[in-house]
Amino acid sequence: MAVTDEMSPMLELITGFISELREAGIPCSLKENLDAMEAIQHIPLEDREAFKFALAATLVKNHSHWKAFETVFEVFFAIRGDEYELNRDDEDGENAEGEENEDGDGEGEGEGGEPGFGEGGGGGRRYTNEELAEMLYRSLLNNDQMTIRNVAKESVRRFAGMEPGRPVGGTYYLYRTLRNLDLDSMLERLMNEVREQAAPEELSPLQARLEKDEYESRIDRLRQEVEAEIRRRLVADRGVEAMAKTLRKPLPEDVDFMHASRDEMSKLRKAIYPLTRKLAVRLERKRRHGRKGPLDFRNTVRHSLSYGGVPAEPKFRFPKPAKPEIMVVADISGSVAAFARFTLHLVYAISNQFSKVRAFVFIDGLDEVTKYFEGTDDIIQAIHRVNTEADVVWVDGHSDYGHAFEVFWETYGKEVGPRTTVLILGDARNNYHASQAWIIKELGKRARSVFWLNPEPKSYWDTGDSILSEYGDNTDGVFECRNLRQLEGFVENLA
Amino acid sequence: MSTQFESVAAVRDGLAKVDYLADDGISGVVFLADRLEKPILVEGPAGTGKTQLAKSVADMLGARLIRLQCYEGIDEAKALYEWNYKKQLLRIQAERNVENWDDIEDDIFARDFLLTRPLLEAIQAEDRVVLLIDEVDRVEVETEALLLELLSEYQVSIPELGTVKAKQIPLVFLTSNNTRELSEALKRRCLFLHIDYPDLDRERQIVLTKVPGISESLADQVTRIVRSIRQLELKKAPSVSETLDWARTLVLLGIDQVTEAEATETINILLKYQTDIERAVKELNNEGSTWQKSGTKS
Repeated sequence: MAVTDEMSPMLELITGFISELREAGIPCSLKENLDAMEAIQHIPLEDREAFKFALAATLVKNHSHWKAFETVFEVFFAIRGDEYELNRDDEDGENAEGEENEDGDGEGEGEGGEPGFGEGGGGGRRYTNEELAEMLYRSLLNNDQMTIRNVAKESVRRFAGMEPGRPVGGTYYLYRTLRNLDLDSMLERLMNEVREQAAPEELSPLQARLEKDEYESRIDRLRQEVEAEIRRRLVADRGVEAMAKTLRKPLPEDVDFMHASRDEMSKLRKAIYPLTRKLAVRLERKRRHGRKGPLDFRNTVRHSLSYGGVPAEPKFRFPKPAKPEIMVVADISGSVAAFARFTLHLVYAISNQFSKVRAFVFIDGLDEVTKYFEGTDDIIQAIHRVNTEADVVWVDGHSDYGHAFEVFWETYGKEVGPRTTVLILGDARNNYHASQAWIIKELGKRARSVFWLNPEPKSYWDTGDSILSEYGDNTDGVFECRNLRQLEGFVENLA
Repeated sequence: MSTQFESVAAVRDGLAKVDYLADDGISGVVFLADRLEKPILVEGPAGTGKTQLAKSVADMLGARLIRLQCYEGIDEAKALYEWNYKKQLLRIQAERNVENWDDIEDDIFARDFLLTRPLLEAIQAEDRVVLLIDEVDRVEVETEALLLELLSEYQVSIPELGTVKAKQIPLVFLTSNNTRELSEALKRRCLFLHIDYPDLDRERQIVLTKVPGISESLADQVTRIVRSIRQLELKKAPSVSETLDWARTLVLLGIDQVTEAEATETINILLKYQTDIERAVKELNNEGSTWQKSGTKS
């Protein structure tokens, strides 16, 4: 395939784009790289959407990477133009033309919604904040895409307070803009309007809900527009490479449990279901195909009769690998709760790989929660019950591993047998209580194996009140499980 | 080079003519697949029209659709080709008197004794074909390798016979329900297309085209309810085909305004798990103040 000389600025851009994709963790091979180059030659460059899909189809082969791809794409192929430059206004003062909404920028920096700028143009085409809100309200009501987009642009200009070179991330600007738009009360207002229109009849709950969903999705679109606008301006200010770097987000499977934002959390929750399904299928296959049983002598001799007594066709027993019994003992105190939740989810999702799964949760007291998982196939619901109903607080609700282990040992210690694998989940931050590490040692003697999973990065272990090695030395292994990828890897080896 | 489409828009319009409403992504990738002569790997939730896409493209081109349904344990005898042993045996018996074994051997490993299976058939076809390899994620990783030669070179090597090259490059679709990660080698050879649930407008259009006799307002309501349901955390969100089933049912029942009661009664067409049904019924009967807690919004 020929990449002609005149394409070289494009070529350069694409090369930078691809290396950024690699930085973001998306694997792009050389072959795919070449395919992408070839693909875009068939696409008219001015068709931005088609261009994006051409790149996506050739470079991104996993749907969970789509979001990361989209971000990089928006940064690299942002629509550029003078109107996005932040400091333009500072140089040449108020733009006298007063053209629509996209002209002068950087006005009212830091001051949020001061109405003063409305007077500047004098042409009567500038709006006060109230008018802007009114415009937004009407455009949302009528689903007027053009106006929504313009309002988004205008509000970023007005409220975000973006300054050239200011070292804050896009989220800060987003927060400032949205706070000024006050979308919650906007939704309320829209819903009131709907109710009035329906009057005198009451809206049925279903109708109300549908209307609400509709407006939620419109508001969501506004939010995306605002985000895109902020991103465009940031790119104009800082340049492509720097911007891509700050926007770089871990792929869902690499998101840290301990520091996941609410948004990432909900993505993780969505990601875990297909992941468990895949894991279950994989384990099931491994079970059926992977191992061959020992020689079945009787069967071989019987079949040898048809070859005149020559054992030409050896027969094997069906493999029946013993299924381990699992006891999960999880710390569910604040910092590590999310980790415990995902691990329980994963373990229960493949519970048919184990002969028995029992779950215990603790903070400073300990409670068995196996019953919440039994007889229900709704794991999310069960985990919700664990968090709300389990009796895990003994004194003050601060983690006390020592006491929790003591309770475990006294109450359930006898049930740990040579077929049991004990999984302990937690960061071993014991708030300087007594460690009672001897219990782990005793457990280790009784159980088939004891593993400790820690959601903290390795460098934090044994710092502050973490006494991981005191426990860890008595187990069969301590594993760092900071993200879904590591967790999945561990659970797969377990079964 | 077989450029069968003029532009992305032409693909979209062509597909619309055979009642398949494609979005920019879908038509763009189909267009590229034709230009680059690469197979398309289509992934996405069940019931979003992955298989239908291949059928519709075949329909649009007036091409023959050759379909290979994958399953666990499929092998080359089922996917590529097989020697017709019985015929070979008969041949040997018929030629019992011939002294020269080499002649017979040459003879029995000829095309006449080859049973073509879907993949080989697609390659040998003289007329225009579209090859659909359905649910490719069901085959084992080792079997995947069978496909690689075909997908990158459009040829099949038969040890006894030599290499069969494609007479014309067929459009190839592979579908996957993503029950396992496909191998890198396979992915690298394909264009990737993820078909998700359609957005509101497109789904409404789909309902209107595919369900005869449905009124605009009912189609609108149906798709809105489905959208609301998809936002819940469910085991299995309703697919497009289930939306269509539901719309058909409502038309048959003569309903043109869905109320809570009717939605509750017929919801088992949309959702297949009891826990999902319970949750959806509960959610649809309140005004949606609770679902924000599920964390999808900030």
